[in-house]
Amino acid sequence: MKPKKKTIGLLIYLGLLMIPLYWMLNMSLRSNADILASFALYPKDITFVNYLKIFTDSSWYMGYVNSIIYVTMNTIISLTVALPAAYAFSRYQFVGDKQLFFWLLTNRMAPAAIFALPFFQLYSAIGLMDTHIAVALAHCLFNVPLSVWILEGFMSGVPREIDETAFIDGYSFPRFFITIFIPLIRAGVGVTAFFCFMFSWVELLFSRTLTVTEAKPIAAIMTRTISATGLDYGLLAAAGMLTIVPGILVIWFVRNHMAKGFALGRV
Amino acid sequence: MARIELSEIAHSYLPNPKEESDYALKQIHNTWEDGGAYALLGPSGCGKTTLLNVISGLLTPSNGRVLYDGKDVSRLPPEKRNIAQVFQFPVLYDTMTVFGNLAFPLQNRGLPSSKITQRVHEVAEILDLTPFLKKRAAGLAADAKQKVSLGRGLVRSDVAAILFDEPLTVIDPQLKWDLRRKIKEIHEQLKLTFIYVTHDQVEALTFADKVVIMYEGEIIQIGTPQELFENPEHTFVGYFIGSPGMNFLECTLDGNVARVDGAGITLDEKTAALGLKASGKLEVGIRPMYLKLRFEPVEGGVPAQVQAVEDQGSYKIVALTLAGKTLRARLPEGKPVPDGKVWLVFPPQWIRLFADGRLIK
Amino acid sequence: MEKWANNKAWFLVLPVVIIVAFSAIIPLMTVINYSVQDIWGPGQSVFVGTEWFEEMLGDKRLHDALWRQFLFSGLVLLIEMPLGVLIALAMPKRGWGVSACLVTIAIPLLIPWNVIGTIWIIFTRPDIGLFGAGINNLLGIAFDHTARPLDAWITLMLMEIWHWTPLVILLAYAGLRAIPEAFYQAAKIDGASAWAKFQYIQLPKMRGVLTIALLLRFMDSFLIYAEPFVLTGGGPGNSTTFLSIYLVKIALGQFDLGPGAAFSLIYFVIVLLFSFMFYQALQRVGKGEKG
Repeated sequence: MKPKKKTIGLLIYLGLLMIPLYWMLNMSLRSNADILASFALYPKDITFVNYLKIFTDSSWYMGYVNSIIYVTMNTIISLTVALPAAYAFSRYQFVGDKQLFFWLLTNRMAPAAIFALPFFQLYSAIGLMDTHIAVALAHCLFNVPLSVWILEGFMSGVPREIDETAFIDGYSFPRFFITIFIPLIRAGVGVTAFFCFMFSWVELLFSRTLTVTEAKPIAAIMTRTISATGLDYGLLAAAGMLTIVPGILVIWFVRNHMAKGFALGRV
Repeated sequence: MARIELSEIAHSYLPNPKEESDYALKQIHNTWEDGGAYALLGPSGCGKTTLLNVISGLLTPSNGRVLYDGKDVSRLPPEKRNIAQVFQFPVLYDTMTVFGNLAFPLQNRGLPSSKITQRVHEVAEILDLTPFLKKRAAGLAADAKQKVSLGRGLVRSDVAAILFDEPLTVIDPQLKWDLRRKIKEIHEQLKLTFIYVTHDQVEALTFADKVVIMYEGEIIQIGTPQELFENPEHTFVGYFIGSPGMNFLECTLDGNVARVDGAGITLDEKTAALGLKASGKLEVGIRPMYLKLRFEPVEGGVPAQVQAVEDQGSYKIVALTLAGKTLRARLPEGKPVPDGKVWLVFPPQWIRLFADGRLIK
Repeated sequence: MEKWANNKAWFLVLPVVIIVAFSAIIPLMTVINYSVQDIWGPGQSVFVGTEWFEEMLGDKRLHDALWRQFLFSGLVLLIEMPLGVLIALAMPKRGWGVSACLVTIAIPLLIPWNVIGTIWIIFTRPDIGLFGAGINNLLGIAFDHTARPLDAWITLMLMEIWHWTPLVILLAYAGLRAIPEAFYQAAKIDGASAWAKFQYIQLPKMRGVLTIALLLRFMDSFLIYAEPFVLTGGGPGNSTTFLSIYLVKIALGQFDLGPGAAFSLIYFVIVLLFSFMFYQALQRVGKGEKG
């Protein structure tokens, strides 16, 4: 009897989780005029006009391209620098290790709003304003510490005898690290990449502050629909639906390790 | 306390088992006498833990019935069976004190608190845990934690049997011996039915009155340690018990002589007569400690080549080649070490004959 | 598990230090620089000492925003933590349902934060939103998050719970799955009730992951910006103006660099203080769990 009650509770929760998403889907399949004219629980005349506009207007679809470019850049940079550092934290004791680790974490906890203005000035000064790399670097502020943290958790789970054996067998550090160690924690690397992707993808403040037109992310472009002729709800909903797609794709790849990743590799 | 009967038990983890290999337990039919100290011995993956879980009720077997003192408990959950189990690694309620841990099973059964306190103190005394009662369970050493796990079973005065699932796995070697002796002592004191699962033969042989050997989901022999050693009913038992295990040589019978690749080993009349009636692949088996080495040709001696000699401290193990197979012989300390060619003597009273892996008797 | 003492490990962490220092230290220096000057044009500034700090510390609107922020974070933790644990307990343990649940539950976490705001605007507007229209028309209760502070708070809390409870669920679920089966078996044998099982096995074993959840949820709710910015813009009035929204208003909206910078530093110190407390707690829990 009891397991049934649990399942019903779970299904209610999942239902409530999906309703706002369903509503956005509903809106995205109706024209703006239709939306404002009548209230409907489901689209009576399904129209793809909103999606069509996004896919044909370069100022719209370039937003997605821009987001994907800087998110990818950020993921690559974060992983490249975080892997050796996480190894150092999980294996070695060195002067200032604890302080350094804490300092890194404070950046994950710092209010992004603090950095918005200085970033604007910093990247303007070095001529990187409105480029993908500027956003990618800015997102490193929170993604690199997070990557180090998650990877360190996964690496600590690998027994150190493996390293010792490899060094005794005459492996050089880079060769050991790339051919033996990284494959051992590939689930951790995948999960970390997922998190870098996720946090870079969902962030708005930096990406909006540091871009004007050339590298403007989809999230920032969406705020555009609020001007001119009032809100175009249909278009807004369609753009929103499309931002969910990449997320669902990456979740699918890491679904088996996701829970462990959210626990920062520490279960 | 109870006598536990397993009737035609078989279990498969698959929903629709078809072949024999789908079964973790194939056909188990036996009785565990009240107050016995049993060891359930076998290699990893032979179904020991599955059988234990069937007895405790954590698993409901696909087929067959479990009876406690003649009462069918097959469908009863563990808490209704009055069984206690000690797991491979210590399972404790970390946030409670040792007292809390020991009292927990009684509290769940709604006993009055004065009775609980009295029982917990009695059990703590038996297990030497009295000084730790007020400590948090999480802070204890591994062996003390296992004692607490055991104590949670002992506090229940109605407990029918206590099951141990390789309880010494995480204990330091020097403490293993102490804890094992403690368990044995408690058995003698309380006369409860103990079933002790292990893959370590030394543990099994020193702990139990009766050892139950499992192999590929079946019980292949139940006996005292001596019976298992002298009369293994299956080549697996011969090979698994004793270190090193029994020697086996494939042979054909010629009267009362077993022929092994030309060489002849004389058997006693009774064994030979039984052997002639048996069918299937025949093998002679002999324990390394009964194999005699001679430096010169002797009557009934079989020539063999010495391969290696291993010093084990109080004795030496000699590896020999005979008919392309390796045999091992145990050489007591102080005997001259052989080299090159030797002659082996097989004393007939220690030779066992097996047909298709089963002892002929 | 002694770690190898080797200061050469610094070479391995150097790239991280450089990249984070570039993104963290230079901007921080700028902020500190601004916080002690009055700037009224390019190259025109004067040193004012702690004046901006004094002004901001005495700013009533900042006080209001701070209390609002604590109330918000407190409510978030109070609702999301138990709810997350409850849902995690209800999730299936094996089979195809696990993947299906995990993927579905994680979806809100991968939606850009401003899109979350958008979803909830569309969902709660009294004219076109299912929720808004439903409450107004079916229940006959006037509900408008753009006009009434209480409605704005309710909407914001619903959105926040919808958005972030999944994180708590995933963490709690990871913790639950890591509990060896033997603990449940022992509890069964000991005749423990479901509540006793939760209290003495599941909850203690989840302590580590729940601390991480608490830490992350506190931080992120304390730093919240994009979602209320999109949904309510801080209104109606100032009823949902949280610290980040107020800060951006001052620094980027009014371009009051000095007060903005001072505000930033005060904000940072508050967060740092809490971070440190949580970090210490986390370390202690980490040791307790492993030992």
